[in-house]
Amino acid sequence: MKVFATYNIKGGVGKTATAVNLGYLAARDGYRVLLWDLDPQGAASYLFRIKPRVKGGGRALIHGTKPIDAAIKGTDFDGLDLLPADFTYRNLDLLLDSAKQPARRLAALLAPLARDYDVVFLDCPPSISLLSESVLHAAALLLVPLIPTTLSVRTLEQLTEFVGTFNGHRPDVLAFFSMIDRRKRLHTQIAAELPGQRPEFAATVIPALSVIEQMSVQRAPVGAFAPRSLAARQYDQLWREARERAGLTG
Amino acid sequence: MASDMREFVLDDAARLGRAVPDALAGSAAWANGGPVRVRRRIWLDTFDWRLYWAGLTLEQAGSRDRTELVLTGRDGGILATELLAAGRAPRWPSLVSQLPAGPVRELVEPVAGVRALCPVVRATSQVTELRALNADAKTVARLAVDRMSVTFPARALLPARLTLIPVRGYSASTDRIGAAMTSASGITTAPGTALEAALAASGLRAGQPPGKGTSVQLSPSMPAATGLRAVLTALLDELEANVPGTIADIDTEFLHDLRVAVRRTRSVVKQCGRALPSGLATEFRPEFRWLGDLTTPTRDLDVYLLAYGRMTAGLVAASPADLSPFRDYLAHSRTLQYRRLAAGLRSARFARLIAGWRAALEGVRPPGKHPTVAQLAAARIGAANRRVLRAGQQISAASPPESLHQLRKGCKELRYLVEMFGSIYDAAERWQAVRELKALQDCLGAFQDAEVQGSEIRGFASQLFATRAVPAETLLAMGEIAAGLAIAQRDARREFDGRFADFASPASQARLAGLALSAAA
Repeated sequence: MKVFATYNIKGGVGKTATAVNLGYLAARDGYRVLLWDLDPQGAASYLFRIKPRVKGGGRALIHGTKPIDAAIKGTDFDGLDLLPADFTYRNLDLLLDSAKQPARRLAALLAPLARDYDVVFLDCPPSISLLSESVLHAAALLLVPLIPTTLSVRTLEQLTEFVGTFNGHRPDVLAFFSMIDRRKRLHTQIAAELPGQRPEFAATVIPALSVIEQMSVQRAPVGAFAPRSLAARQYDQLWREARERAGLTG
Repeated sequence: MASDMREFVLDDAARLGRAVPDALAGSAAWANGGPVRVRRRIWLDTFDWRLYWAGLTLEQAGSRDRTELVLTGRDGGILATELLAAGRAPRWPSLVSQLPAGPVRELVEPVAGVRALCPVVRATSQVTELRALNADAKTVARLAVDRMSVTFPARALLPARLTLIPVRGYSASTDRIGAAMTSASGITTAPGTALEAALAASGLRAGQPPGKGTSVQLSPSMPAATGLRAVLTALLDELEANVPGTIADIDTEFLHDLRVAVRRTRSVVKQCGRALPSGLATEFRPEFRWLGDLTTPTRDLDVYLLAYGRMTAGLVAASPADLSPFRDYLAHSRTLQYRRLAAGLRSARFARLIAGWRAALEGVRPPGKHPTVAQLAAARIGAANRRVLRAGQQISAASPPESLHQLRKGCKELRYLVEMFGSIYDAAERWQAVRELKALQDCLGAFQDAEVQGSEIRGFASQLFATRAVPAETLLAMGEIAAGLAIAQRDARREFDGRFADFASPASQARLAGLALSAAA
């Protein structure tokens, strides 16, 4: 089972859109996929028309009083399941803090799911916290969407430095530019130059496209309602890069 | 993964499309789940239904863009799937070893053994899907509507099959829709699997074995000739059922089962021929002997080739690679012998034998009420047992292998009699008697197989030496195998005295005598 996490300290950079679209594409490739919507805002749950509610809330999941697989819901797409968000996830840091080995808690919770799933996506809330640390320990590959600005690139440097301090397991990092506005010269300039200079950058970029915004109206991944769109093609290319970087076959 | 899918049958296919949502309209809002999908389906099993009897169902399902093997368990839950690369689906029938390595092969191989997987049903399904939606337009259950037309073993159109597929986390919705379907008019719970329905439409039943002489039901008071006719007809059915698979060389068991049917036929005719119309046994015995002899060389080589892996694994001094020329020689000889066998089974002589034998059996009429099956069984089993006892008691350390071989044949004839008349005996007593007899027979079989194979390997070595330039390593490795066979033969000979003593013990003998008495009573 390969765990991917969409992560960035900043919000509104396209983490959820990435998790939802790549999760959909992984399932389309025949993998058994679980997406865990860790963001209490529940955007991924909303996009899949699933109520952002888990019986017993985050406490029951983190403390193991409710089996994690009992909370899983099937989406409308074959092979793609969702562990919904819950508003109590806003307290996940506190809940993790009271658990044993909090930084490794998510990895421990996910381990029994390896029988049922080949791929897990963790859609993380924007923060740098104990939850983020637990996510970084659980993930094999971090998918980091970045808006092409100088400050965003600094954020990536901070993240890679932080990951570099880990003992033992360190996730691989695949950063990519997201929400590129082609009318902005700085966006196109940074997006054109940086990927060639840093190994953690993907070749694929995700432009700012209205069809991606349409996801919240259609409540579905782009590939499901606009499979021939540029956005669908770019996500497809990004998935191929992520799949290869994570060493998934087929 | 256990299956929570529920299957129904729509009684009237003409109502399809409109009727399903109408009948279920109150249970959920329904939406079309996409275009019609066409699936080409092939269900696979061995000729003797080994997967079915092990609770497994294997299906190759092909659509426009993918073909996969799906293995399901008794509850319909999927145990394993294997995606077949484009153009790489095996040509059926095919041995399990030809499947791509993966979970399907791992689960099927120990069950199928040496048997090939053959298509048991071919069909085309047109599947439309309906989605049950909740207030958020989220899919909470799926309903697959499958219109299946069977193309093999017979052409048939099946009633539409409805499969209610749950969506994880929405079991309450599935339960509600399932309840509505159960009470809807025109929809009934499917009585069996899609495979069973397809077979039933072709007039067949899953797990239906080809005719077996040992499973014929006899009654003790039945005239013996009537019973013999039933047994011999079932053996003839079994023989004929295995001819096409033997000629097509699908797997080695077709020939094995054909030989068993021939051997049992010969044994019954030899042992009980006097209860058949006069002249019948004399007329057909030489022809069945010809048939038996025709099949022997190929089977002997099959046995060698099947045991080849075990033989090479047992090598101590030689390396398995040393034996490769021997294996090639066996395979080449087998090809030649198989051609001879196939020609024999296609010959006019064989066709005359089968047709003549069937006509002769159909003409068998009992001369009267006596002898009955019970009287014949008591007499023949008693005589065969006495022969085995006499022959076994005469065997000493100085006896030649031939005398043990004759004893083995006697044991086999006795066992065939007990099995053939088995249905008139107490099942537990019969089972125990056969078990004891088989233990002695296995020991004698091990002795004789080692004797024959030892002699054959010396013959093969001479032929290889005379006709081909084989490396000395090959002949040395064959020598090591011959030595192993000699050891196995010696061990079997040592075991024989104990086995025979068990068979000749008062308890075993009383059991055999009891069988005869219980039927005669």
